[in-house]
Amino acid sequence: MNYKDKSKLAPLSALKYLFKDPITIRYPQEEKEGYPGGFKGVSPKYRGMHSNDLEKCIGCGSCSEICPTDAIRMVEAEDVEEKFGATKERPVIDYGRCCFCAFCVEVCTTGSLNMTRDYIHDYVSPIDKTGKDLSETISEEFIRRPDYKHEENLGWNTPDEYSWLELERVKMEELKPSERDHSFIEIVKGFSKEQATKEAQRCVSCGLCTEVCPAHMDIPEYIQSIFDADLEEGLRQLYKTNPLPEICGRICTHKCETACSIAHRGEALSIRWLKRYIADSVPLDSYKKYLGINYIKQIDKKIAIVGAGPAGLSAAYYLSLLGYKTTIFEALPKPGGMMRYGIPEYRLPYDQIDKDINFIESLGVEIKCNTRVGKDITLDELHKTHDVVYIATGLHLGRSTRIPGSDHKNVYYSTDLLREVSLGNEIPVEKKIVIIGGGNVAMDITRTLARLQNIKYGKVDITTTSLESEDIMPADREEIVEAREEGATIDPGWGPKEIEIKNGKVVGLHVVKCLSVFDEDHRFSPKFDESQKKFFAADMVVQSIGQAMDLSYISEDIKSKLTFGPRGRIKVNENFQTDLDWLFVGGDIIQGPDAIHGIANGHTTAKAIDDMLNKNK
Amino acid sequence: MSDNLTYLGMEDQYKKYELFFGPNHPGMNGNFSYILTVEGHTIVKAEPVPGLLHRGFEKLVEQRLWLQNISLILRICVPEPDINELVYSRIIEKLMGVEIPERAKFIRTIVLEMSRIGAFLLGFGGIGGTTGLYTAPNWTIADRDYLLDLWEWISGARVYHMFILPGGVRRDLPEGWIEKLQKTIAYLEKRLPEYDRLIYNNPLIVKRVTGLAPITQEDAIKYGITGPNLRATGVKFDARKNVPYAAYPYLDFDIPTQTGGDGFARVIQRREEFEISLNLVKQAIKLMPKGEVRAPMPNALKFRVPKGERYVRVESARGEHGFYIVSDGTEKPYRMAVRGGSYTAGLIYAKKALEGMRIEDVALWMATMDICAPDFDR
Repeated sequence: MNYKDKSKLAPLSALKYLFKDPITIRYPQEEKEGYPGGFKGVSPKYRGMHSNDLEKCIGCGSCSEICPTDAIRMVEAEDVEEKFGATKERPVIDYGRCCFCAFCVEVCTTGSLNMTRDYIHDYVSPIDKTGKDLSETISEEFIRRPDYKHEENLGWNTPDEYSWLELERVKMEELKPSERDHSFIEIVKGFSKEQATKEAQRCVSCGLCTEVCPAHMDIPEYIQSIFDADLEEGLRQLYKTNPLPEICGRICTHKCETACSIAHRGEALSIRWLKRYIADSVPLDSYKKYLGINYIKQIDKKIAIVGAGPAGLSAAYYLSLLGYKTTIFEALPKPGGMMRYGIPEYRLPYDQIDKDINFIESLGVEIKCNTRVGKDITLDELHKTHDVVYIATGLHLGRSTRIPGSDHKNVYYSTDLLREVSLGNEIPVEKKIVIIGGGNVAMDITRTLARLQNIKYGKVDITTTSLESEDIMPADREEIVEAREEGATIDPGWGPKEIEIKNGKVVGLHVVKCLSVFDEDHRFSPKFDESQKKFFAADMVVQSIGQAMDLSYISEDIKSKLTFGPRGRIKVNENFQTDLDWLFVGGDIIQGPDAIHGIANGHTTAKAIDDMLNKNK
Repeated sequence: MSDNLTYLGMEDQYKKYELFFGPNHPGMNGNFSYILTVEGHTIVKAEPVPGLLHRGFEKLVEQRLWLQNISLILRICVPEPDINELVYSRIIEKLMGVEIPERAKFIRTIVLEMSRIGAFLLGFGGIGGTTGLYTAPNWTIADRDYLLDLWEWISGARVYHMFILPGGVRRDLPEGWIEKLQKTIAYLEKRLPEYDRLIYNNPLIVKRVTGLAPITQEDAIKYGITGPNLRATGVKFDARKNVPYAAYPYLDFDIPTQTGGDGFARVIQRREEFEISLNLVKQAIKLMPKGEVRAPMPNALKFRVPKGERYVRVESARGEHGFYIVSDGTEKPYRMAVRGGSYTAGLIYAKKALEGMRIEDVALWMATMDICAPDFDR
């Protein structure tokens, strides 16, 4: 066009707009029709005031971490209920600083924090049009804790696919079923450096895991050390609270992963595998250097520990660091307790147990194996020769279903069989096996026997049945899946009725449908439907419905001075000290079967023993 | 007494005086200022005084996480914030070796062209504002509001969108958005003849800008003047063509040039590029594929960029806009420097251009050069 084609009157054409409606809104919160879907005023995804579902929020603090203007503070809230894997802190926003970027919404781990279409504007609206005096609202809302106030008018939110978090796990490499079902080679291969760094990168360092870990391990710190490629620091973080990282990195019940904040939207961090990565990557001969253990000043006090399981070893580690002369008495030929004799080698290889234990021994802890207290040496003798005795003997007896036929010689306990396998002894393996139980131990014996059947017969014929239906089975999900991959049949939801014996031989197991396991008060009270029956043919039955303790080595004289609580457990105080000053009790026999609990209370006990002996000085 | 005054007037040192041309003048933007030495109505010397607007800005960037900076860097330019997001994101993508999805490239292009259109509209208003024709800013700011509505719909905010992220864009386009965009583009096309009648065919404006501070090609290149100002001198250089990014390689367009490089050439250059931008949006809508809009990216709280340094530039409405960023491999940038579109024009070239100009033309000169103080004032 010719721009010089000018006319003095041309600009006057603008006059025709004089009576048109304005495009913009004339005052804040004027409701102008603008977006499809009946949205008046601002857009459907507006970034206005925050709204937070206080129940859903877990107080992880990621919003506060990402906030570029430091407008979000986490403040302890009185009116929110305490729940598992959550703090009582909730975000409070200073709207004087907030730049409404909605980054807090993008990193919210639960999706509880959203932005709404409500906004305030530092401009007084005509009250006759909006019905409210905004200037007052502004002063009220300047610093506030977002809650349900604007919930009805949600705007910007973050669906999972747009989240700024990494919701998917780095896949752990495992042996294929065909590679593993004939042998006891470890299934899980472990992370490479790249994989571990990538997995560590997913962590938001909220620390909710530390809160729920029985040992309160500094999980965000050691994950950060992996991210920083500083394994020296990582090892230090591990040994602060857990002297058995190789073991825990493989078989821990990982409550931390249940509490992981990322798990609300995606898959929890593989915290257990990350711990294993640190321990696997550091050679044993560097441990002392990395942990800075050069010289320990010895204290002239002697401590006897009964049982070389997680609790005993943990207590021994921390006591020996403090300089106490510590001796562990172990009944079985090798230390490790249930970790060695209850957990199959394909989950926890023996050389890894040895690595952790060798380090503890290298600090001067004496482990006397094949020494059964009560038989080879009495508790009274230990008391006489040592200042303190710590008992952590674990749960080594099997529990019986007490159904007819359960006393037959071809009916076994899983604990006994697993122990024999670890000892290297041959165990009876029949062609058809039925296992009763739905926990991780039941899966252990199922998969152990499946391997042995494969080796002996070339095929697997194992049925594992439990009271609990599949959705509430206590075993880990991956254990069930892997057991099936290895050829076992898992048929849950049946209550054992009778083990049929014909001509002195086990023929099979009769079961009836189990409708529910617990009553309304969550007490164990199974209900059955007797009309639905099933029969599992078998030559051999294994019971794996729980373990029991054997305290027969404690003399009646000592027993009479102790208090016993429910289920025959010895009563202890918060430091695991019994009514007798010199006697501490811990591990599975106090807290039930779990390695990390044992490690945690071994640590607590070590501190308590130190406190007590220091006081007595 | 009167003898005395005559005597003083004859002394050279009293012929000239200093005039502060800063935030006190409505034609200035930001806290930037020129100290003009004036003789009568004519400027004999101009001294730019930067450093009061975005002081410490680049230092602030070093203290924030990589992703936190997205909410900061875009504040360098209010009319056109998206170029900052793009440059920043592209540096991160280059250092990390990330390839963004095709759809994201097209969405980025659409958003960038929208923001260019928005910036040009404000520029048109600026010409009107500095010549006393206040209808022009009233119209252009109102028309720009249609674009702001579109941004509000995709990004939740009207001015600071924070929409382009490392790895792609923040959200996919909502349903119905493209249709609304097409309507807006059609509306703006319809408005163009009216702008022509109001501004470009307005004899008053044409007279004011014609011959105003012409830039020679040699000067433009010597002083590093970029963008429409460079093209108004006849040099065909545009980052969208010469160092293509986003979806520009897929689009068919030819950048116009003018001759003379005077105020009129610069104004008309922008007017013509405005039309090109409308056309580019239409093309991008047609060619846009379906699919993902963001490549998988690390957790925002543990976001690390590999060690390295990069300078990345894009074509903004005012010229070459680039960031230079050094990463030391940690969670925060190690160093950052900004080169704004009107960097040399407003700071160094101004000294030369303002010499000999009349005082009343300074604001208009700034408008025709599209000088935006935050581009260089730090």
